[in-house]
Amino acid sequence: MGTTAELTRLTAHELSDLLRRREVSAVEVTEAYLERIQAVDGQVKAFLTVTADQARKAAQEADRRFATEPAESLPPLLGVPGALKDNMCTIGIKTTCGSKILHNFIPPYDATVVEKTKAAGAPILGKCNMDEFAMGSSTENSGFFPTANPYDLERVPGGSSGGSAAAVAADEAAWALGSDTGGSIRQPAAFCGLVGLKPTYGAVSRYGLVAFASSLDQIGPLTKDVTDAALVMNLIAGKDERDATSVDRPHPDYTSFLGREIKGLRVGIPKEYFVEGLDTEVREKVMAAIGALANLGAELVEVSLPHTEYALATYYLIAPAECSSNLARYDGVRYGHRSTTAPDSVTMFKKTRQEGFGPEVKRRIMLGTYALSAGYYDAYYLKAQKVRTLFRRDFEEAFKQCDVIASSTTPTVAFKRGEKVDNPLAMYLSDAFTIPAPLAALPALSVPCAYSAEGLPIGLQLQGRHFDEGTLFQVAYALEQALGLKRRHPEIPTGSGKEVR
Amino acid sequence: MITREQVDHVAHLARLALSDEERERMTSQLNKILEAAGKLQKLDTTDVPPTAFAVPIQNVFRPDEVRESLPRDLVLANAPDPERGFFRVPRIMEEE
Repeated sequence: MGTTAELTRLTAHELSDLLRRREVSAVEVTEAYLERIQAVDGQVKAFLTVTADQARKAAQEADRRFATEPAESLPPLLGVPGALKDNMCTIGIKTTCGSKILHNFIPPYDATVVEKTKAAGAPILGKCNMDEFAMGSSTENSGFFPTANPYDLERVPGGSSGGSAAAVAADEAAWALGSDTGGSIRQPAAFCGLVGLKPTYGAVSRYGLVAFASSLDQIGPLTKDVTDAALVMNLIAGKDERDATSVDRPHPDYTSFLGREIKGLRVGIPKEYFVEGLDTEVREKVMAAIGALANLGAELVEVSLPHTEYALATYYLIAPAECSSNLARYDGVRYGHRSTTAPDSVTMFKKTRQEGFGPEVKRRIMLGTYALSAGYYDAYYLKAQKVRTLFRRDFEEAFKQCDVIASSTTPTVAFKRGEKVDNPLAMYLSDAFTIPAPLAALPALSVPCAYSAEGLPIGLQLQGRHFDEGTLFQVAYALEQALGLKRRHPEIPTGSGKEVR
Repeated sequence: MITREQVDHVAHLARLALSDEERERMTSQLNKILEAAGKLQKLDTTDVPPTAFAVPIQNVFRPDEVRESLPRDLVLANAPDPERGFFRVPRIMEEE
């Protein structure tokens, strides 16, 4: 099989086919990715930690299995290298969550999704950059360095799973896992031309995922196409007794939905998502893609989600409230950074947190602490929880008239670095269309639907009923096939790469 | 409106030793965010129950059996100041 560049451009399922036919070895594939990281990650900065040795060992083990086990019983991602967002615990490998407060944290255990990845024989190439504690929409809030969008290095890759998205878009990994609380998988997927799925709340175990907002957080795939997303979902979904919020119901083979026709399927178009603030070009391309669904026989239905304009306000009370509680554990006692100059424990806590957290995390802890504090709880947190009920009802009504809801994933294409960093409210707006799904615990997927005139990717979002990821895959796959959009491979200057041991 | 004094109080509750400059900036930024969040007050939610989790979730039980826990040395390896199997911290009690 051809050159390194050709190998790393392939999708995960294409690589899997080559590996199964023994046309390439898992070691060759992993080496190709490590070379690619070395060549371009100095520019892209997708990785916080590259785990070359572990990846090589896993690749050798995969080759052993290809040589000795019957092909039918081999897991689909055996030998296909992936990357993890750095908020998923990896035993013996630093897990920073993009924060200085965890700069030296080495987990004593693996997250469930990491265990599953290892059991499936997929080499893990490393841990990806992210907005600190997953709070942000651009990966500029990383406590270490910002990540670039491979399609334009001056632009952001989105966030908070920006490192995971950039790694896959720059062909530095075949697939990646991200986490999504208010859009942190789907928005970077849209900005980087990838498929990204936020599964239904409870579909994937969060054991070992560093908690941000516990009623919203979910882990999901970032991949080069829809088939890959279904394969990764097959790998990570399912009940886990170590996460009491994971739901005990069997999940289907998600790949079984690929290729099913969508004739007669009802696609809801929410008028509240096609409003002022939605970029004209994005709107046109998304409408054209929705037109392609109609050409395949889908029935377009106008639906209304009347409380959409309240989504941001609701989210920016609930998520900070939960974060202020979850992040109370970073006190310098058991792990992570500790300030060394304090004479007593309370001062030590305060200085540790002051030194360890970045501005956005502090802002959200302050906001959440205020929203939960005596005298303000009813007006802010409780009020937001009541409005959350209205969102649920909006979707319940809409899903009486349609099977999926289609819109743009983001109001604009990827923005320039530095453009919104000093204006939190403007930054929050880039999540306006992705926030409702987690509030209602719904699955939602972003699939590439076009490139802008400037060559930047545009994503179409599909929102579905609880645990109906299957229909999202069905529609996304039909769209992907109908559009025949070829994934572009951005030119990234090589040379000043990252040292890979 | 959130005042500078309230910001000081909340910072204490959140155990953050904010700098003077951060307190100033935080006061103005929190006010802007809370003003935007004030939009929710327009909605009548009199008879609307709150949603904590948007999917039905019940208590999950398992048998109360002794199981293996994480190895102590591995856990303490992350501790900034471990001592004889414990986490050591600076003084907690006020001095007499």
